[in-house]
Amino acid sequence: MGNRCAVIGVGQTHYTTRRHDVSIAGLVREAAVRALEDAGLTFKDIDAVVIGKAPDLFEGVMMPEAYLADALGAAGKPVTRVHTAGSVGGSTALVGASLIQGGVHERVLVVAFEKQSESNATWALSTHLPFSASLVVGAGGYFAPHIREYMRRTGAPGHIGTLVAVKDRLNALKNPYAHLKIPGIDQKMVESTPMLWEPIRYLETCPSSDGACAMVLAAESAVTGTPAWVHGTAMRSEPIFRADRDTVSPQAGKDCAADVYRQAGVTDPRRQLDVAEVYVPFSWYEPMWLENLGFCAEGEGWKLTESGATALDGDIPWNASGGVLSSNPIGASGLIRFAEAAQQVRGRAGEHQVDGARTALGHAYGGGAQFFAMWIVGREKL
Amino acid sequence: MRDVAIVAFAQTRHTGHDTGLSEPELILPVINEVKERTGLTRFGFTCSGSCDYLAGAPFSFVSALDALAAWPPISESHVEMDAAWALYEAWVRLQHGDIDSALVYGFGKTSLGDLRTIMTLQLDPYYLAPLGLDQLSYAGLQAAALGAEREELDEIVRRSRADGRANPYALDLPDPEGDGLVAPPVTDGAAAVVLAAGDLAGRLTSSPAYIRGLAHRIEPHYLGMRDLARSVSAADAARAAGVGKGPVEVAELHAQFAHEEIILREALELTGDTVVNPSGGPLAANPVMATGLIRIGEAAARILDGRNHRTVAHAAGGPCLQHNLVTVLEG
Repeated sequence: MGNRCAVIGVGQTHYTTRRHDVSIAGLVREAAVRALEDAGLTFKDIDAVVIGKAPDLFEGVMMPEAYLADALGAAGKPVTRVHTAGSVGGSTALVGASLIQGGVHERVLVVAFEKQSESNATWALSTHLPFSASLVVGAGGYFAPHIREYMRRTGAPGHIGTLVAVKDRLNALKNPYAHLKIPGIDQKMVESTPMLWEPIRYLETCPSSDGACAMVLAAESAVTGTPAWVHGTAMRSEPIFRADRDTVSPQAGKDCAADVYRQAGVTDPRRQLDVAEVYVPFSWYEPMWLENLGFCAEGEGWKLTESGATALDGDIPWNASGGVLSSNPIGASGLIRFAEAAQQVRGRAGEHQVDGARTALGHAYGGGAQFFAMWIVGREKL
Repeated sequence: MRDVAIVAFAQTRHTGHDTGLSEPELILPVINEVKERTGLTRFGFTCSGSCDYLAGAPFSFVSALDALAAWPPISESHVEMDAAWALYEAWVRLQHGDIDSALVYGFGKTSLGDLRTIMTLQLDPYYLAPLGLDQLSYAGLQAAALGAEREELDEIVRRSRADGRANPYALDLPDPEGDGLVAPPVTDGAAAVVLAAGDLAGRLTSSPAYIRGLAHRIEPHYLGMRDLARSVSAADAARAAGVGKGPVEVAELHAQFAHEEIILREALELTGDTVVNPSGGPLAANPVMATGLIRIGEAAARILDGRNHRTVAHAAGGPCLQHNLVTVLEG
């Protein structure tokens, strides 16, 4: 486990379809400066920088950390670039935390971003390595069959995905940084949008966003301001090609959750966690991950969603910020989950604050639902 | 800091052409080799380094997982950098104290594209990349800034190529002809390292290569903002890693061009007694994204097999030695 680590600053950009007013460097700097301001620090106080983003093909810049070193005040410091597919934002936070938990640094700046308007993400996702099959279907096409299998196994009725789409978008209306703000969003509006990949409708998918998120992490002796203490961190990966791998509820997700719960002393996540920011890029992943993360028994996830338990005023709010369904700068999306979890326990979540939140889960997944990164943060030291 | 040692290193017999192996096929033998050598089949942490732009497609590291038998699921991460930085991440992870072993690997198939042009895409995309400076152009700018004698540069290439011919893993390359800039060869290859902490290191090998110092630093990106004849970040990393605390018997440097070796020797304050790149270095085999890890592996191998007691390894990233990592290894 190592030394104690805390989140002492969070900075986000407003997520939107196109940020024509800033370069990639300007975008990441905006988030970094806000995180530093929140911590009451400057770039001079930072020992190391960890940068995360999804594939370089998304912007067409190879290993952009080299070019971004100047914008992040990193000259003279160590810089690490993390890439673990969609889970990268979460992994970036974990690598940053590791530098403190391992006793290597006192204060670390972590930044994750995607400026999808610079390129074409669906094209970038559809090219393929030599010798391997390309489905040329984008992420939705890959995940839709897994969702259909979930519905078949559990008998979940067709409107559950719609409920999540509405709930997260209603939450987004309270989040000043959220990309999709859809006044009057309701079930009927979601159902009226085109079917993209059965059973996923247009408004059941995440948007493509430009945006960056940053955090300042600190060792116990270097805490300033209001800390969110890291209670547990875990990563797990499994191969994409394995015949008996359960893509509906991946073992890596279950193992990752078990590891982070063990570290944080969580035995009953629904009862012991106050809020969860979980990577839900397609609405149906809420009930699927409710089961994978042990918030309920297998086959019961959709019932929990239907009961309203995961709404902002439910007993276990999921994605109070609006989640990935409302803002998706891909490489940053995981870090936003981790940062929003921290903001909740710091009492800094603004209008989407869950009253009295003391313990929160941040979760990210990527690849073919095979890479997982999670952390639990709390108001108190553990 | 907790004692962490390199206990096994394996690399492919690198090639100057595409042998038709996929990336997982390239990695599998070296992973198996370090597993056999240590007797470990599961590791507390696994971290890899690679770059999607070499294959021109996203997610190179995803299919690489197939070579690991990552089942049951493993604790794993990836840096889109040379795998020397994956080793750094694994070393940091071992400092937590809850795990004792880590597997690190890196791979690169540079034969799949035009590496010299691809490297242009790592430059600032708005101001520098559109100028079309390729890897040779900016190396040329640095060589000009240094202004080294032709003879000295040629001697470095001749020595590296000769050492490479004696290294079964490196390429068999002829001595350079003409007076142009000698570029590193296009190379396909992979490498793997096992790290062990605490008592485990001594149980796995009789002569672990202990990591006594490990540090890295980056510099400004813009070539005009640096003195290209010097490497401040390599010097800072070397000081932080403690290179000067003892004699350096062997230094494996990530010098892709002869002039970089001169700059790095000065930055690391290496004396004439230090043998540089006895493996042949990147001028003899340069599987991009594994090259830096191979430098660490080569420096460790000399301690593992008892030839040396104190060696140094260096890895680089970014244009013109922008980012430098230095490791000090001791028996």
